[in-house]
Amino acid sequence: MPSRMNYAPSEPASQGAFSGAQQRARERAVQQALRGRGAPTRDNAADAPTKGTAMTVLSRYSEPMRDHAEPKGLTYRPPTELAIEVSHLRKSYGPTVAVDDVSFSVGSGEIFGVIGPNGAGKTTAVECVGGLRTRDSGTVSVLGLDPQSERGALRQVVGTQLQEGSMPVRLRVSELVGLFASFYPHPADTSDLLDLLGLASKRNAYYGRLSGGQKQRVAIALALVGRPKVAILDELTTGLDPQARRDTWELVASIRDQGVTVVLVTHFMDEAERLCDRVMLVEHGQVVALDTPAMLAQRHGGGTRLSFRPSQPFEDSLLTGLPEVRGLQHEGGRVVVNGTGDLLGVVVHALDGAGVEPHNADLTTASLEDAFLRLTSRPKAAQPREVSS
Amino acid sequence: MTTAVPVPVPRPSARSLRRLIATETKLAYRVPVGLALGVVVPVLLLVIFGLSPGFKKPVNPHTTITFMDDYVPVLMALTLALIALVSLPIPMVMNRERKYLRRLSATPVAPVWLLGAQVAVNLVMAVVAMGTIVGGGVLFFDIKAPGNVGGFILAVILATASLFALGLFIAAVSPSPPVAGVLGTVVLYPLLYFAGLWAPRQNMAPALRHIGDFTPLGSAAQSILSSLQGAFPATHALIVMGVWAVVFSAAAVRLFRWE
Repeated sequence: MPSRMNYAPSEPASQGAFSGAQQRARERAVQQALRGRGAPTRDNAADAPTKGTAMTVLSRYSEPMRDHAEPKGLTYRPPTELAIEVSHLRKSYGPTVAVDDVSFSVGSGEIFGVIGPNGAGKTTAVECVGGLRTRDSGTVSVLGLDPQSERGALRQVVGTQLQEGSMPVRLRVSELVGLFASFYPHPADTSDLLDLLGLASKRNAYYGRLSGGQKQRVAIALALVGRPKVAILDELTTGLDPQARRDTWELVASIRDQGVTVVLVTHFMDEAERLCDRVMLVEHGQVVALDTPAMLAQRHGGGTRLSFRPSQPFEDSLLTGLPEVRGLQHEGGRVVVNGTGDLLGVVVHALDGAGVEPHNADLTTASLEDAFLRLTSRPKAAQPREVSS
Repeated sequence: MTTAVPVPVPRPSARSLRRLIATETKLAYRVPVGLALGVVVPVLLLVIFGLSPGFKKPVNPHTTITFMDDYVPVLMALTLALIALVSLPIPMVMNRERKYLRRLSATPVAPVWLLGAQVAVNLVMAVVAMGTIVGGGVLFFDIKAPGNVGGFILAVILATASLFALGLFIAAVSPSPPVAGVLGTVVLYPLLYFAGLWAPRQNMAPALRHIGDFTPLGSAAQSILSSLQGAFPATHALIVMGVWAVVFSAAAVRLFRWE
């Protein structure tokens, strides 16, 4: 549907969500910094999706397009208008406490990730938000509605994709989506929606004949067909191949751009890192950390590492005096600097001032996965090398 | 926390209901278990017995009532039981197991409306089957048309209500489709015996016949038989079916597991 495309690649709206291959982005940032053009930017316009997968299908929302001028990252400020407010949420199944005093809020139009080990209580928490489970205590408000006492109104505006489950096998894809569309007052155009999810060629196929990835996409279609204002997506891309995952991320970013608030439960750290504005890490039913993926990675992931071969020797104090630098080692002919924040920018600037050129620079940033592994208490993961002889 | 306010189940739009019923109708002929058991099997039996010379003879020398006249109420009871105890509950249990009911509960249309659509589709199937058996019997196999139409309709309605209640109860308590299948079969065979499928009721030992009077199928066969022959069904038979309908539908509502 290229003619209906409203997804301009150069628009700031597409920045941040899809940084393309991390390696390329990193190289470009390094090159830019080395060329002396100042701090690295997150200018990923070249990597922005150029396919005509416009979200015109779901575009009849009343909200205006969100302003994405601020690229997300360390300085991300959540929207002031809140879509979801949860405070002191508690839910137990018999003696097992699944969610224990969880509080968080999600801004309108945010993509909010919920991550954590298996059995951490992620699904229970979001199902209390979606009105699928009855909480024991605490308060929950979704667009001003209580998921328990105002279930009827809530279901008109919340679209849910459940973690597991399937549909009657002898229904065709178009029949299923059409059935669910009939449940909502202003549904999306079902055939456009199927196009968008790459299911157009499967519209007459029986649900039971679909592959796992296709079934997953049907589940996403059913969650979105009612044009929800809040979408709860539980394990969105489980079972999808890499290309389908990327397409799905693109889709989620696009629906957010239409003003939809997205709550995303995932155990893929790359998914949370690329897609989510903020991420809540849950373990044993409690919130362990809640921040932007970049901030979580920086604070808890072990920092940034920059290594290069200097064009000429220099005093270590040139760099160790910088507030961003935590440590400096010499490895062969290379200098390895560990630190935080805009390490690359300040190091390059300092070297430039001393007339030193960094060659073959390599920047490694701590990932959300590093932070995840450090934050979740898993004794075996802490020392994986002990096993080998 | 505010006290929980009981939330009424909102009524879906007419469009949603039409769509649900249309979808279940498609499933009924794409997965034609119910059609096979509830319509094809009884029609085959009707034709087979209708073409057997022995069934055209009077049951005794002093009457014009044939064995076929006697057999049609049993066939109708069998058909209702197959629809209500097999065709109705198993898809419900499958939808619970695949978490389809739970998925529906996340939409504005509560899953109880899906159950309603399934009941409606099976009711239509039951009406078609009853009409086919009586109509086909009268047209092709010389059975007598219902002599007491009001009594006949009342008997069929109560028989249907009691058996559908039993089927919904099976759907409510079965944790998985195989369990529902076993439960349906275990209930079905004794009921069919009391209806007189294997031995005519008049040949049963008095004690067994007495027990049969308290089963929905025994009462169904008995009251349909008398209404076909022109009498209003016995009050106790109608009461027995009414009680089964009320008790088991109430139990089904209380015990139904949505996930």
